[in-house]
Amino acid sequence: MSESRILLDPTSERQPGNRPRAPRLATVSGKTIGLLDISKPRGDIFLDTLEAGLTERGATVVRYRKPTFAKPAPVDLRHEIATQCDAVVEALAD
Amino acid sequence: MSRERPPLPDGLVAFVKRDCPTCELVAPVLAQVAAQQGVTVYTQDDPAFPAGLSPEDDTSLERSWHWEIESVPTLLRVRQGAETARLEGWQRQEWEAFTGASGLGPDLPDWRPGCGSLSVDPSLEAALRVRFSGSKLHARRVEVASLEDEMEALFARGWTDGLPVVPPTESRVLSMLEGTTRDPQEVVAVVAPDLVPCTVEKVAINAVLAGCKPEYLPVVLAAVEAVCTDAFNIHGVLATTMGVGPIIVVNGPIRRALGMNSGINVLGQGNRANASIGRALQLVIRNVGGGRPGEVDRATYGNPGKLGFCFAEDEEASPWEPLSVSLGAAPGTNTVTVFAGEGPRNILDQLAREPEPLCRSMAACLGSVHHPKIVMGMDCMLVVGPEHARIFREAGWSRQQVIERIRELTARRGAELMRGADEMAEGLPLPEEARDAMLPKFREGIPLLVHAGGGAGLFSAIIGGWLTGAEGSLPVVQEIAA
Repeated sequence: MSESRILLDPTSERQPGNRPRAPRLATVSGKTIGLLDISKPRGDIFLDTLEAGLTERGATVVRYRKPTFAKPAPVDLRHEIATQCDAVVEALAD
Repeated sequence: MSRERPPLPDGLVAFVKRDCPTCELVAPVLAQVAAQQGVTVYTQDDPAFPAGLSPEDDTSLERSWHWEIESVPTLLRVRQGAETARLEGWQRQEWEAFTGASGLGPDLPDWRPGCGSLSVDPSLEAALRVRFSGSKLHARRVEVASLEDEMEALFARGWTDGLPVVPPTESRVLSMLEGTTRDPQEVVAVVAPDLVPCTVEKVAINAVLAGCKPEYLPVVLAAVEAVCTDAFNIHGVLATTMGVGPIIVVNGPIRRALGMNSGINVLGQGNRANASIGRALQLVIRNVGGGRPGEVDRATYGNPGKLGFCFAEDEEASPWEPLSVSLGAAPGTNTVTVFAGEGPRNILDQLAREPEPLCRSMAACLGSVHHPKIVMGMDCMLVVGPEHARIFREAGWSRQQVIERIRELTARRGAELMRGADEMAEGLPLPEEARDAMLPKFREGIPLLVHAGGGAGLFSAIIGGWLTGAEGSLPVVQEIAA
């Protein structure tokens, strides 16, 4: 085999860790559901509607908001949601 | 030079090869020296040469390569494992002075030049470099099957931007690393979106893919560092639905040293440095950062510049200080300025001969960046062509004067910008009392002015930006290190 048949991997060489999904909820009743507003215009309209529907079905709703839609959510915010909620809905809008 | 250099014995050491008439010539002299004070002879081709001197076999060229032997015969003086003196070729007086012996080679001519060392033979050099310094490369080796088409294999692995790439062999990557003095394992930046610490070596591999020459590597490294800052925010620039990408403007003497284009067709194709430096940055984001279209890259349209968008400023003919200097860099330094921008669009004004009407034309066109009723949210770059720049130069207008006049002329009354104004739903959510306020289109210092373009043409070019400020992306100037 000539040397030119050996190539150097240009990638991060990361095998993305297969993180299992959290178990899906059978019902929202009695659960805490986070609603994450990513700070896009009119995201609140969408989330207000969702909140009404979820509350009607017996869920406790907690609202969160990213400082800017242009950057990933701060790690502390993600942690807060993960520890306080059973599930989260992230809202895109415009 | 490798850190694992094989040792040489103390005393006098000689490197020779049989296929060198001068080495044949000095073989009896080496026998004389051996008899007087001893000499360790390394032979590069024939382990039996020179006869009678019990030569050490260096047909692997390992010692010749590591000790950087460039010609044969070479004499070294070694003390405590370190070279203290070196002599090449045959010159009787020099040999006598070097060895302290006298009466060397009385029948020989006084002087003969040596021959090239096999360790620097052009047909062997690349393979030797891989054999003896390949260990400094840490990247995973990927073997291409013998029946596999190499170029297709690169596409199949997802390593390209849609165009063919140069296969990153160990030899090519080692050559690329010659372009920088930085350690291959030094971390250059943490690359979004996967937040991967990216080494000089990984940047070099992607620079090979992109078609860069080794001397371009420092520019690519600076560009990677610049976009991976919180200020530039490459994550957001990549992820946005808007069609922007990182644009690199190069300033300083390195532009000329690399033969970069700042003239005719400056924002187009055809110049290797411009094309491959911009492409290398995008390939780093793709391959190292994991930023791929349809995944974290959610652009509705993108733009052709996302294959790579890099150009040089024409500093020599510019009426102004370089862009980098206007942003705080020291004059004469090599820099990249990165800017999150769209594809370029032409401004035509062939009749203005004074700054004021030209600024008015420019302002009219600039007002429509993204939307005429959207102000203050986005930055903009204005690439001023030489024939437009001449008008400013002849009138003595500074960079700052042009920017300020354009900012004045692009400001609009609040009433014109409100939602619903001009029967357009789009607009700003302004209170009634803002009706008569004059709102600037751009923040201070914007548009960024760059002088480039070439030949004839009373044109300039607009490159619309993206969300500005701490929430979006700011232009970043980064010095290019050797």
